[in-house]
Amino acid sequence: MKKLLTSLLFAPLLALASGPELHLDKAPVSTEPAALQNGAKLFVNYCLNCHGASYMRYNRLQQIGLSEQMIKDNLMFTADKIGEPMRIAMQRDEAKVWFGAAPPDLTVISRSRASEFGSGADWLYTYLRGFYRDSERPTGWNNVVFENVGMPHVLYELQGEQVAKVEEKDDGHGGKTKVIHLEQGKPGTMSKEDYDKSVADLVSFLTWMGEPMAETRKSIGSIVIAFLGVLFVLSYLLKKNYWKDIH
Amino acid sequence: MSVDQKVDAGRRQLLLVTSAAGGVGAVAAAVPFVASLTPSERAKAAGAPVEVDISKLQPGQMMTVEWRGKPVWIINRTKEMLDSLKKTDSEVSDPKSEKPMQPAYAQNETRSIKPEILVAVGICTHLGCSPSDKFKTGAESGVAADWPGGFLCPCHGSTFDMAGRVYKSKPAPDNLEIPPHKYLSDAKIIIGEDGKA
Amino acid sequence: MTTKSQAVLDWIDARFPLTSTIKGHLTEYYAPKNFNFWYFFGSLALLVLVIQIVTGIFLVMHYKPDASLNASGVPVAFASVEYIMRDVPGGWLIRYMHSTGASAFFIVVYLHMFRGLLYGSYRKPRELIWIFGTLIFLALMAEAFMGYLLPWGQMSFWGAQVIVNLFSAIPVIGPDLSVVIRGDFVVSDATLNRFFSFHVIAVPLILIGLVAAHIVALHEVGSNNPDGVEIKKKKGADGHPLDGIPFHPYYTVKDIVGVVGFLIVFSFIVFFAPEGGGYFLEFNNFIPADPLKTPPHIAPVWYFTPFYSILRAVTYPLFGIDAKFWGVVAMGAAVVIIAFLPWLDRSPVKSIRYKGGLFKLILTVFIIAFFILGYLGVLPPTPGRTIVSQICSVIYFGFFLLMPWYSKMDKCKPEPDRVTG
Repeated sequence: MKKLLTSLLFAPLLALASGPELHLDKAPVSTEPAALQNGAKLFVNYCLNCHGASYMRYNRLQQIGLSEQMIKDNLMFTADKIGEPMRIAMQRDEAKVWFGAAPPDLTVISRSRASEFGSGADWLYTYLRGFYRDSERPTGWNNVVFENVGMPHVLYELQGEQVAKVEEKDDGHGGKTKVIHLEQGKPGTMSKEDYDKSVADLVSFLTWMGEPMAETRKSIGSIVIAFLGVLFVLSYLLKKNYWKDIH
Repeated sequence: MSVDQKVDAGRRQLLLVTSAAGGVGAVAAAVPFVASLTPSERAKAAGAPVEVDISKLQPGQMMTVEWRGKPVWIINRTKEMLDSLKKTDSEVSDPKSEKPMQPAYAQNETRSIKPEILVAVGICTHLGCSPSDKFKTGAESGVAADWPGGFLCPCHGSTFDMAGRVYKSKPAPDNLEIPPHKYLSDAKIIIGEDGKA
Repeated sequence: MTTKSQAVLDWIDARFPLTSTIKGHLTEYYAPKNFNFWYFFGSLALLVLVIQIVTGIFLVMHYKPDASLNASGVPVAFASVEYIMRDVPGGWLIRYMHSTGASAFFIVVYLHMFRGLLYGSYRKPRELIWIFGTLIFLALMAEAFMGYLLPWGQMSFWGAQVIVNLFSAIPVIGPDLSVVIRGDFVVSDATLNRFFSFHVIAVPLILIGLVAAHIVALHEVGSNNPDGVEIKKKKGADGHPLDGIPFHPYYTVKDIVGVVGFLIVFSFIVFFAPEGGGYFLEFNNFIPADPLKTPPHIAPVWYFTPFYSILRAVTYPLFGIDAKFWGVVAMGAAVVIIAFLPWLDRSPVKSIRYKGGLFKLILTVFIIAFFILGYLGVLPPTPGRTIVSQICSVIYFGFFLLMPWYSKMDKCKPEPDRVTG
């Protein structure tokens, strides 16, 4: 009886659990210094003109294996002091006019883009590889995971152009869903593999920047839990010792 | 609980070990809280060394820059000002700068790296007011007729000579602090960093 | 004890009831010896309260309740949270402890309340303990709700917007009331500042007072136990209950085991999954509040979702007042009705151990319905889901309102004289 009721109650839920799907490619996120450094370079060159990372201080880049001098010489175009955050010179109100919305700060973008469809890194990885030509958009670009995005394809020279082939598919409920397939048009300076690798590095950097202390957090966590494990055994033995009097 | 009043050695040992481990855990747990009270990255960035261009500082002039939220004076002393230091030697309380108010490289007659350029924290060592400059010699309000030029703290009347040395029997106990600094070039000083840690 | 420290103690005791307080609440507070797993959650709730207060004190040193934009165009409040996460040494750990602690508080308190349901801990003479407990739960909801606005992210903003707008459903005074709560026509800097004030001072004071009352009341009548029999009825020659043992040292050492076990789980989340899969720290809350753009799907934090589902389940207007108002009434009633349990339960026995199959079945269905309501609360509504949530809401209220009848009809087993261990 109990079982029957349970299944009766849960059955409708299973049928209801469906919504608009978002297909994201799994991002090969790396924590290797080389990948993060390459990502930092791409970030500074391609993103930091319009997007700030205003909670991220330049000197924190030392954490990914860069020296203070290297940061000053190669990456620090927007600040004079190594301790300053990655701000941008662009005025927010001007940016709003140009792009329709002020470009968001990217410090924690990888954390905010997570969803039930995948991590924030997955979203960014798909997004940065998902621009295609669309003559109806003011920028001339559209995106598979961010429809009618205001941002133009800034990595265009690297990736080249992609063209969308739209296929209508029956979703099984009488409606149609659009499935977009991308094909390479005009080639860029990078091969597809190299471009994917570069985007992976950039996404790895954005992920690292979202929580620079993530690795520290995990290593401290292991110690804390190991310690608590010992304390648990000790306190359990103590409890047993006291409770042996109680019958 | 009269059954178990006698000392149970095993229990006592276990109690000690568990308490010790618990104590270690409590101390470890306090670490992030105590750490959070120390200066943040922002405070450190704001307190970072300051680079100053002194090429336009004429003899007899003074400029003030901010370092760690404190005024730092840079004074290009004239020959007369430097000469006045010999006269004040007998009137100041620590003429040889023996108290640790300056880095070793500024422990000399002029309390500076280059004799004419004085770099000092403009905070009175008494209670933290910022003294005002009284470079003009002779009597003025607050100073005597034979005033050779220096600084006067408006709060409690402490006086300092042209090397920031405090006069005898004044409220301020110590000479003005000389911050760590070094010359990047003839025209550029960095304050807060001297390459000697 | 040496004579000197005894003298100090005597001096204090002549002026302050120190020894008698320690005796009354610890060394000579006799608790039933048969507490099981479910009895850990009271002391754990107290532990989480302490964690929240201590971490909160340190967060307030760095957090700024300010909705204005800084030079980079980010709200100051939002930026100050990232400042804590990055620039303050150890700040990330303190913040994660606080955000995980919020969810942990509700997990522990829900389990603590379930324990009460299982063993009839609300029955005479513990009605006041239960009422204080319900008030603690209410205060905790207010505390969590207002605290959630402080990071000033998208979910903070829109969550507050939706919940404050609920008050506007009250006839006549509603619209003005919601303006008074916000201090503005939208959720704004004024709202942020008053929620900050309530979150860090007003509600914690109330919470601490209620917790003290909860414990004092408990120690006055003594603890219930998994058998639901009163241990004070059978006393030994020394005047202490035969089935009672001093809280200290027996339950202090036992609770320490529970505390360490809890800390292992808690640390695991803090260090390895601080976002709790998007349930403890919602992903959209990493986007600064934008009053012009609602996120596509907003849901309250998980601990509110059962009650939020009940709110949304009410879709019919009644007596000429629209459904929104009755939704608010239903949601409020769903919490308040818990306080009436002592008078709704007419069963001859307290503990589930001696209750009949009928009560066990209804309790199971109630718990399942509660979980389904919680699950539906995080999903966007569809017509199908609304029907399911309506069924579950009826089950929720039915559990309470029909209790006087089914608890009487239930075929119970006889209670033992003494606890069964």
